[in-house]
Amino acid sequence: MAELNVDPYADLYARRTSGMSASEVRALFAVASRPEVVSLAGGMPYVQGIPQEDVFDVVAHVVSEQASTALQYGGGQGMPALRERLAMLMHEEGTEADPEDMVVTTGAQQALDLVGKVLIDPGDEIVVEAPSYVGALSAFSAYEPRFVQIELDDNGMVVERLEEALVKGARPKFVYTVPNFHNPAGVTMSTARREQLVALCREAHIPIVEDNPYGLLRFEGRSEPTLRSMDPQNVIYLGTVSKVFSPGLRVGWALAEPGVLQRMILAKEAADLCGSSFTMLVTERYLSGGRWRKNLQGLVDVYRSRRDAMLAALDEHFPDDATWTLPAGGFFVWVTLPGYFDTQAMLAAAVERRVAYVPGTAFHPDGRGRDKMRLAFCYPTEDDIVEGVRRLGALLADEEELYRSLSG
Amino acid sequence: MSERIAVLAGGRSPEREVSLRSGHRVMTALVSKGYDAFVLDPAEEPLVELLSAARVSACYVALHGKEGEDGTVQRLIELLGIPYTGTRPLACHVTFDKVLAKEALAGAGVSTPPWVTVEASALRDLSAGPILHHVAERVGLPAVVKPSRAGSAMGLSFAERESDLPGAVMSALSFADAVVVERKIEGTEVAAAMVGSPDEPLPLVEIVPKSGVFDYAARYTAGATEYYAPARVSPEVAAACHREAAQAFRTLGLRDVSRADIMIDSRGTPWVVDVNVSPGMTDTSLLPMSAQSAGISFPDLCERVLQLALARA
Repeated sequence: MAELNVDPYADLYARRTSGMSASEVRALFAVASRPEVVSLAGGMPYVQGIPQEDVFDVVAHVVSEQASTALQYGGGQGMPALRERLAMLMHEEGTEADPEDMVVTTGAQQALDLVGKVLIDPGDEIVVEAPSYVGALSAFSAYEPRFVQIELDDNGMVVERLEEALVKGARPKFVYTVPNFHNPAGVTMSTARREQLVALCREAHIPIVEDNPYGLLRFEGRSEPTLRSMDPQNVIYLGTVSKVFSPGLRVGWALAEPGVLQRMILAKEAADLCGSSFTMLVTERYLSGGRWRKNLQGLVDVYRSRRDAMLAALDEHFPDDATWTLPAGGFFVWVTLPGYFDTQAMLAAAVERRVAYVPGTAFHPDGRGRDKMRLAFCYPTEDDIVEGVRRLGALLADEEELYRSLSG
Repeated sequence: MSERIAVLAGGRSPEREVSLRSGHRVMTALVSKGYDAFVLDPAEEPLVELLSAARVSACYVALHGKEGEDGTVQRLIELLGIPYTGTRPLACHVTFDKVLAKEALAGAGVSTPPWVTVEASALRDLSAGPILHHVAERVGLPAVVKPSRAGSAMGLSFAERESDLPGAVMSALSFADAVVVERKIEGTEVAAAMVGSPDEPLPLVEIVPKSGVFDYAARYTAGATEYYAPARVSPEVAAACHREAAQAFRTLGLRDVSRADIMIDSRGTPWVVDVNVSPGMTDTSLLPMSAQSAGISFPDLCERVLQLALARA
């Protein structure tokens, strides 16, 4: 009678891996990514919207003119010329940024990891929104924090709830927020809430981590000031070129005060020495001149039409007692269903009907969100969006019928 | 020239990922044994067209879940006249459908926990929801609620109280049109595998999930479950398990390879809770562990199963 040694490392794993396990939902996504399935799940940018000749042009330039730099290691902070372009992107949203205060990261996702690495000790409290970006929850989880979740409404984080949590004794290391076109909730933090949040955090000496991947993808209305522009000393700002250019290049950045920045650069060097010189040069070249602006406008137009298609389809096909957010930009609509729905359990049936979404539970560290789902309108065509929402609507109607019968 | 073997893996079922893992491992093992094996994913490639053109000596079926385990693929391969590993279409159809399999097993006197079938159509069309009260009375609580046609514990949940039943039934119905509500047997969980014939049992594997529940995560996360082979049970209990398993395999008409999942209650009575047409062949799967503890390496196991198919050529 021997214990079988399935995994010789079983007793060696660090505690932080305890949440890293196989899951049914992940397995279902392996099927959901099949071409016959209309996926309203993934937040993949519509990279086909970038003209091929522009890509060819910038890559050809890098290869022919800058090959020796492109193929070489670079500094841990990232190329100065690129940082200037990234500062220019921030200027578009009215935020002044000194390229010296910036570290270029492998996507904003690495910046999230570096923030966790630099600021979180096991057991520390950190504030996240409920719901919150799943990638941030994963990145932070590795550093074993305790999550304090603050709910959102149509105007973003409900700052009063944060205040209450602080009064009750919460002492978070930082507050993490996606203020613009939230992932997954689609909502944007109002000016008043921004002022409230910035003032509260300044007073309580709690830094804010502002994650702003979607800010330049505004479909209508005026843009809100970034939190960073309202309080540079107390805000660590994270940006990315994934949504304005390409996620395949893995170029993101963090902007922070010198002490934090220094540690983030050192942590980044420890993780990967430096980012990809090649993709940094490609990005720098792409952001030079005026083409990026024209292309971005084209992307915004496409995303706006897709958002409109999704909202119209939801109106037509979803049950009357379902509600959803009305995003003014970005990629996502967040749907709230009547409480008896379990979107995680329902995913298999959805995939069977050739449509996929992300269950709300993915965006909470504690199993909340069973009656919610995230729908992404960024990638599928308008026709596919309408068809996908129709399929989901039919499924919801059947589920409701089942529920009515079961609750007799 | 070495024999050309198509390892069928992937497919469109929720167990696609598991199947791809099984398939790649089987393919590598067969290549190491000198076969010209390749993976064929019916979701990616036109199965019939490719098999007609590829001149394969046999198919190794490493598909899991719908289409792969319910006889659909097996029927196609039979029409093409290609030998394949595992069970024939009708027996696949019955075994994969827990509603039919439970009936067959109980009818043949195999020890299987009391159960009730609940169909989605009854709930939707006949407003039969209030029947759940009778289900709870008949089966007893706590109960296990399983989709009729699914694998890897997907869609499975437990109902401790009657009030848990509606949610559990709805979850399971996400995977199938009917659910089996079965009395939950507390005790030791073991797997009994067969390769060749029901009369050649492999050692029982005892399953001890660290979380207490052998769910999807416990099955496919290395290190999440402890396994003991042979199982830490008395020779009498082991013999009883093998008897029930063999009887189940024979009753359902399983061929070449199969695995029965058994709960042993506190009195040492084995209860067959599931029988698998196409047991997992991943690095955390039970059949390979059972073979390993009998001194059969993974490549040897794959070759042995394949040879059974080739012998039918």
